[in-house]
Amino acid sequence: MRSTEILTLLRLEAALDLRQRAAWGGMLLYVVSAVYVAYLAIKSVQGAALWNALYWIILLFAAFNALARSFQREEGGRQLYLYTLVHPRSVVLARTAYNAFTMVVLALLSLLFHSLFLGTQALESAAWGPFLLAVVLGAIGLATVLTLIAAIAARAGNGLGTMAILGFPLVLPMLLAVMRASKLSLDGVAWSVTSTYFGGLVLLNVITITLAWTLFPYLWRD
Amino acid sequence: MKHWWWKIAAVVLLIVASVAGLYVPLAPALVRFTNGGDQFCPQRVEVVDATHLKVFVEVPEGLREAMTDLSVGYLRYAGAFYSKGGGEGFPAMDCGDEAPAPASGAFVFPNRSILYESIRNLHFHVPMWFTMIALMGLSVWHSIKALGGTNVLEHDRTALAAVDVGLWFCGLGLLTGALWARATWGTFWTSDVKLNGAAVTALIYLAYLVLRGSITDAHKRARLAGIYNIFAFTLLVLFLFVVPRLNAIDSLHPGNGGNSGFNDLDLDNRLRIIFYPAVMGWVLLGLWMAQLRTRTARLAEQLDR
Repeated sequence: MRSTEILTLLRLEAALDLRQRAAWGGMLLYVVSAVYVAYLAIKSVQGAALWNALYWIILLFAAFNALARSFQREEGGRQLYLYTLVHPRSVVLARTAYNAFTMVVLALLSLLFHSLFLGTQALESAAWGPFLLAVVLGAIGLATVLTLIAAIAARAGNGLGTMAILGFPLVLPMLLAVMRASKLSLDGVAWSVTSTYFGGLVLLNVITITLAWTLFPYLWRD
Repeated sequence: MKHWWWKIAAVVLLIVASVAGLYVPLAPALVRFTNGGDQFCPQRVEVVDATHLKVFVEVPEGLREAMTDLSVGYLRYAGAFYSKGGGEGFPAMDCGDEAPAPASGAFVFPNRSILYESIRNLHFHVPMWFTMIALMGLSVWHSIKALGGTNVLEHDRTALAAVDVGLWFCGLGLLTGALWARATWGTFWTSDVKLNGAAVTALIYLAYLVLRGSITDAHKRARLAGIYNIFAFTLLVLFLFVVPRLNAIDSLHPGNGGNSGFNDLDLDNRLRIIFYPAVMGWVLLGLWMAQLRTRTARLAEQLDR
């Protein structure tokens, strides 16, 4: 495992994604459609609690949709080829980093659409710094948990269904912590109160990445 | 004998704990009466039946005419949870201590008015979760061994068996909990961190079984299931023990959020000496069941071959 390997893999991911822009288009459209459905169903959202809940639920589903494909590319020979070239830990770290980046972008864009359709009333008294931090940490958290799950699901040989079953209970700790942190930030609660949640989120992320780093080599070899 | 003494221990412990758990008398901890400003320490307290106490109070000479107003009893941690002394006719009351929180209003006997005899569920409901965690921990241990590379299928079999049995204990824990909750909180299910934890645990391990079911190759199944098991168990432990504290969400359970429960001060030693054997008994029984499950699975595989 070397940092150059990880950088090369990241560049590869970016290149592949640029080549298949439809995938990004698909993810965005998924979020926009989901937000729009929520808008049609509820029209105007009163209060930060519902706004916050909708935002994270939509992002959760978007994350499943976006990350399910992250290990689908390694079919047959390509996986073997990668296996001979790089250390599996480089693969999982690069993939996690790239997925985290994807999710952060998706989360911020989703925030934009969310405010556009469901109103900015909930954001009026928000503490912006902590709220954006919660969004970023939550997106990274979803990415770190779901990357390993996506890898397991892809190896098990069936797609989104398995991933959803395996992933939902496991993202719950992260999701509950981040929903709480972002709700408190939306209410404008002081940083001195909310900082423990952010500490907890960072801790959860670190533990998840460590687990992925430890376990992935066993997953990768056949 | 060297190899199966713990099975005998399990049976003995379970019988003792179940019988004693159902029959041990519960008693209140009456601390003092007040009559307006004056306080009287009860000299002797006798349990008459489930709803009546006989209390002997020595009232000073000048105050006897005020006896009619003597209506409020202060209970320390009223309920089956009580601190010192107690029981039928406990003679020496420790009246020196401050009673922390007087039970509001009327005299409550025999227990905290919502717990009553349901406190006995402590010996049945709580050990289920101890056993489940122990079995899931055993499963993870075998998953780690399976990933280690020797005796992969053997370790995988044990990991599966432990999860199988653990899920049964999870189901029993949910059942005993739901019945208790109906009696105590008025509902079978409510939003509580521990209930969420139990639900997530069940979901995780059912997903584990689904994952296993979707892979046909035995070695691949052992590896993938092992990885998921380790990943899931670690996150589960975080979810059960860290996130509730992080979120500072109070549970409705005894021992949380200001409810009396499993602390030095409020769980009676008489319950404690039954509770610990009960936990040991149930855990041993769970391990025994997992062992049998492993053996039957191994035999079934040999017959298939």
